[in-house]
Amino acid sequence: MRQEGGLLRAGVLVVVGLGLIAPIAVGLWQTGRAAFGVLPALGQNMASLAPWYELAALPGFATSLRLTLVTGLGSTLLSLLLATGFCAAVHARMTLSAGARMLTPFLAIPHAAMAVGLAFVLAPSGWIARMVAPLAGWDRPPDIASVNDGWGMALMIGLMVKEVPFLLLVILSALSQIPVARHLAAGRALGYGTGIVWIKIIMPQVWPLIRLPVWVVLAYALSVVDMAIILGPSNPPTLAVAVTRWFSDPDPLMILPASAGALLQAVIVAFAVALLMVGERMVKGLGRWWIRRGGRGSSAEPGLWAASAVVMVLMAAGILAMLSLVVWSLAWRWSFPQILPESWSLKPWTGAKDGWMRALSNTLLLAGATVGLSLALAIAWLEGEDRARRTRAPWAEALIYLPLVIPQIGFLYGLNVGFLQIGLSGGIWAVIWAQALFVFPYVMIALSDSWRALDPRMIRAAAALGAGPGRRLWAVKLPVLIRPILTAAAIGVAVSVAQYLPTLFMGAGRIATLTTEAVTLSSGSDRRVTGVYATLQAGLPFAAYLAAFVIPAIVHRNRRALSGATS
Amino acid sequence: MSLDLDALSISSANGTALFEPLTLHVPAGEVVTVMGPSGVGKSTLLDAIGGHLAHGFRLAGKVRLNGRDVTGLPAEARRIGLMFQDALLFPHLSVGDNLAFGLPPGLRGGAHRRAAVEEALSQAGLTGLYERDPATLSGGQRARAALMRTLLAEPAALLLDEPFSKLDAELREDMRRFTFDHVMSQAVPTLMVTHDPDDASAAGGPVVALKGLLAP
Repeated sequence: MRQEGGLLRAGVLVVVGLGLIAPIAVGLWQTGRAAFGVLPALGQNMASLAPWYELAALPGFATSLRLTLVTGLGSTLLSLLLATGFCAAVHARMTLSAGARMLTPFLAIPHAAMAVGLAFVLAPSGWIARMVAPLAGWDRPPDIASVNDGWGMALMIGLMVKEVPFLLLVILSALSQIPVARHLAAGRALGYGTGIVWIKIIMPQVWPLIRLPVWVVLAYALSVVDMAIILGPSNPPTLAVAVTRWFSDPDPLMILPASAGALLQAVIVAFAVALLMVGERMVKGLGRWWIRRGGRGSSAEPGLWAASAVVMVLMAAGILAMLSLVVWSLAWRWSFPQILPESWSLKPWTGAKDGWMRALSNTLLLAGATVGLSLALAIAWLEGEDRARRTRAPWAEALIYLPLVIPQIGFLYGLNVGFLQIGLSGGIWAVIWAQALFVFPYVMIALSDSWRALDPRMIRAAAALGAGPGRRLWAVKLPVLIRPILTAAAIGVAVSVAQYLPTLFMGAGRIATLTTEAVTLSSGSDRRVTGVYATLQAGLPFAAYLAAFVIPAIVHRNRRALSGATS
Repeated sequence: MSLDLDALSISSANGTALFEPLTLHVPAGEVVTVMGPSGVGKSTLLDAIGGHLAHGFRLAGKVRLNGRDVTGLPAEARRIGLMFQDALLFPHLSVGDNLAFGLPPGLRGGAHRRAAVEEALSQAGLTGLYERDPATLSGGQRARAALMRTLLAEPAALLLDEPFSKLDAELREDMRRFTFDHVMSQAVPTLMVTHDPDDASAAGGPVVALKGLLAP
């Protein structure tokens, strides 16, 4: 029998190769060349290690490196522990769909907006200090660096507020594939405490299912820029922020050590992932020895409840942060230590109207274009697999995750050099392309499971009724999958809206989005205008998620199986 | 009309054949039953005949419809109807639109197509349910609607994959009679795989045992 869908598959392969893989390869190559002293545009043609020596000698380099390692590794490990403990404590009381609904706001809000909100909450003049003020007798903001602190504590809290919900969702969806209740019952019947059963029985099954998302979280936490600018230490900042600054230094020769720093950032992530793999091996070996000893343990439940309490505190901080964005954007007079503004006004909105309208329209254009392209490619990819009746090869799965594991700062400068050479730099198309590198993987990952969950026999039934591949796609698969498709699109919107570095690097500073403006404004003094931008930035993904919920319910209002109303 | 299998055999990705080569003649209006233990490849056999074989499986031998070799044709061009143990009505279409999905494009005019569907609905005891959401039908109604959807497509042959195994005992008896009556009256050659001997005796046609080659 002839191979069906060959042309489609070849097309997808070409687009993925040229559109996603080539830019990353070119970006890494060009950054790597500059890191070893080769930058022909500036007359540097001799390969050397000089940029690395320069990098090591830059003021604050060692501190930046330490900050990156501590905040990145620390926030990831803490998030993982907290999320695991929380799941162990509440899993029996929370289904995947209920959890997903509860976590959606935390996942939808861009890192930068959450950071702005947390800065409002944690700052010496923020909500927490205002709540404590009457007890502590403060009539002016206390003199403590609770944001941008030298230890990176605020940054770690910010990362954890975003990453714990993500890991919770990932763990919950992994747990839905494991017969948790029966394994728990079996373990407890053998005399093991609940907490010990989780550690000895459940987690070893969960880990392989969440390993890749944990890598993504780790890579992100080690190389985040926007959140680190808003919440992290400013002088010296984390490595990724420092490298971003060096790239935009007035002295163009700073590009050389900056490139070395960018490459180092990629090496750090690779090193951290390797560390995680080694750690996994060791835990495996130790764990086996520990399990074979058969200790029933005293119940580890105090640990679980402590983890749950910390998760609840983090979530409360996140909710306060989201609220504070809206409150600040509507505040007029709000002196310390008032809990709420003394007078309200729409002036922050009307006064900055031209600015946010322009940023909003750019953001919408970018989100629409990147999500449209990503969705089209994802559907073409999945449909190609269907037509060839093949499952996905492991290397193809790895390709999807590639842009999420390589730090953006590691290849965006080099990619911009590549874009310059083909005359694409500085325009909206360059930004769309660069953003799509990160939007596509999330859209693809979000859509793949639901697409595969579609009963293949239903598609065979359609074929047996004479429907060709085109009609099977348009008249059966797409309408039936409208909810997961729109959910994937909403996730794509959230990812696109949140992009900071790609917009900054590829737009050459000329394309202002809600995110770039919010990050820039966050260091200024007017919290009200910052609140306006951050509210809009958080509002767009919320609106997209809402649409993904409402549209299928309306389109399929007379179809119980699809309207989302669980019968 | 007739469905013929000429020394049909299927081998999996690693090259081992699933069962001994199968040669079968299914004349119009007759139901031939293929029986075999679970895991022997009964569903895979139907996939091969219908043109739905997954990547990696190899097919040897021929599938002929009315003497014509259809082995190289894609599923949608074979006109071989397919019924499963689940009705698998399309959840986004109304009951009537599900039936209309398979109507031949040659039947023109909205009124004619509607009339054909209404006629089939009434034959299945589903009169007046054109606009209904398939999710609101009972199990028996769903099974009958699925059979009518398949028959309206005017299949040149019909494949039944354990079609009654999910129905409860009482309904199963009704559905067997309903299905086999329609198959006989429309004179469609029909191949059924099942592990239920009652299905085979109700079908009344020849019974073929599928002999597995893989160790159980």
